[in-house]
Amino acid sequence: MPARVVLQQADVQRALTRISHEILESNRGASDLVLLGIPTRGVLLAERIAAQLAALEPGAGVVGALDVTMYRDDLDRHPTRTPSPTRLPAGGIDGKTVVLVDDVLYSGRTIRAALDAIGDLGRPRAVRLAVLVDRGHRELPIRADFVGKNLPTAAAERIFVRLTEIDGEDAVAIEGAA
Amino acid sequence: MRHLLTTVGLEHDQAVSILDVAEDMADVATRAVPKLPTLRGRTVANLFFEDSTRTRLSFEAAAKRLSADVITFSAKGSSVSKGESLKDTAQTIAAMGIDAVVLRHAASGAAEVLAGSGWIDAAVVNAGDGTHQHPTQGLLDAYTLRKTLHGDGSRGRDLDGVRVTIVGDILHSRVARSNVWLLTTLGAQVHLVGPRTLLPTGVDTWPVTTGTDLDAAIAERPDAIMMLRVQQERMHAAFFPHEREYTSAWGLDDARLERLATDTIVMHPGPMNRGLEISARAADSPRSVILDQVTNGVSIRMAVLYLVLSGSDPREVAA
Repeated sequence: MPARVVLQQADVQRALTRISHEILESNRGASDLVLLGIPTRGVLLAERIAAQLAALEPGAGVVGALDVTMYRDDLDRHPTRTPSPTRLPAGGIDGKTVVLVDDVLYSGRTIRAALDAIGDLGRPRAVRLAVLVDRGHRELPIRADFVGKNLPTAAAERIFVRLTEIDGEDAVAIEGAA
Repeated sequence: MRHLLTTVGLEHDQAVSILDVAEDMADVATRAVPKLPTLRGRTVANLFFEDSTRTRLSFEAAAKRLSADVITFSAKGSSVSKGESLKDTAQTIAAMGIDAVVLRHAASGAAEVLAGSGWIDAAVVNAGDGTHQHPTQGLLDAYTLRKTLHGDGSRGRDLDGVRVTIVGDILHSRVARSNVWLLTTLGAQVHLVGPRTLLPTGVDTWPVTTGTDLDAAIAERPDAIMMLRVQQERMHAAFFPHEREYTSAWGLDDARLERLATDTIVMHPGPMNRGLEISARAADSPRSVILDQVTNGVSIRMAVLYLVLSGSDPREVAA
């Protein structure tokens, strides 16, 4: 079954704009806000949200990357993963409100690993979660604070998030079981 | 990666990838909690049939930073002195349940034997076998070169066009062998210098140039000069008339340090014989990266332990 596009370029853009406003609203401004993207596409999304925050409130939009490979609980179930760099903003994350950004929220295990990684890097005042797509099927008690689109899926289906920087276009597609 | 036995045959992209993983491992040391949970529940056995300080401690530190448990075995004071063989020692340790063996042995090829024997299931990392290979040393030297030359922009890069001169006891040096193949794979040009008696037979088939004149090599302004230790414990014959003659012809003394190009990096795998192959001033000079090599060794060994102990397919082609 071919992939079915569920979010087009404009939909992705609108979802990120809404998430940006929601982040500012819940944080009551942009002070002490740090966006940490989870590689690969989470980092790009975090950078886009940061750019929108900076446009809304000058000085906002501190962004970094958080690699969670070394904290995963499934390293012996997949071929060896190559870690990506972790980049923290100069001010660190102590006392800040960290917003984790990822493309798809599924089992919740990546976010569990991210929370462990954050614990080794410092002590934020609060940690929030923003995702472009929530596809359900959680295996851990984790939920997102900011969601671009809730996409009910079957476990056998696959979700593809494509972003212009890597894939040449913005789109979210869903592919059924073959 | 199932095992790490040699740098011969290690592919370019694979080598760069190991160095890149080591970059991430190096970042860990700067964190609030300089430890990763990655190898929790895994056990690494350090089997050292030959004396070592830095390699053993470095592997131990690397395994502990990844939260693995470490069992350390030294041949001295063990049943090896009662005549126990490598096979029996390895199987005894394996029966205690281990996931990786870090092996240092005086016999060339020991790590390959252990990995290919079917005696144990654990991953094998060669930490030096006789005069054959010491792959993590080669990797940490490549990492140190890359980091010193390219700084924060190192990730993803190789050593294309970098000229490295390795000086001294090539014949007995597993460090030289590991470096020759790895650095060449990464695009560097390696020049070997030493007394004719300490250049191995067949060196003309290696991907290197050779010479016997250190002063001529220094005049060529290499990017890095790597001084090798004179391995007296492996020299069972007279390879040069006197230590002082060795120093005057092939030692990095103060006069040669003066003539060295200001941007030439000075390296030594340690332990140093100060005053023999390298002078104290050369070893402690600002262009010496000898202590960086030690620091980077931990990052490289973390990367290697991670790569051999993660991943689902244990039958992946051995490096």
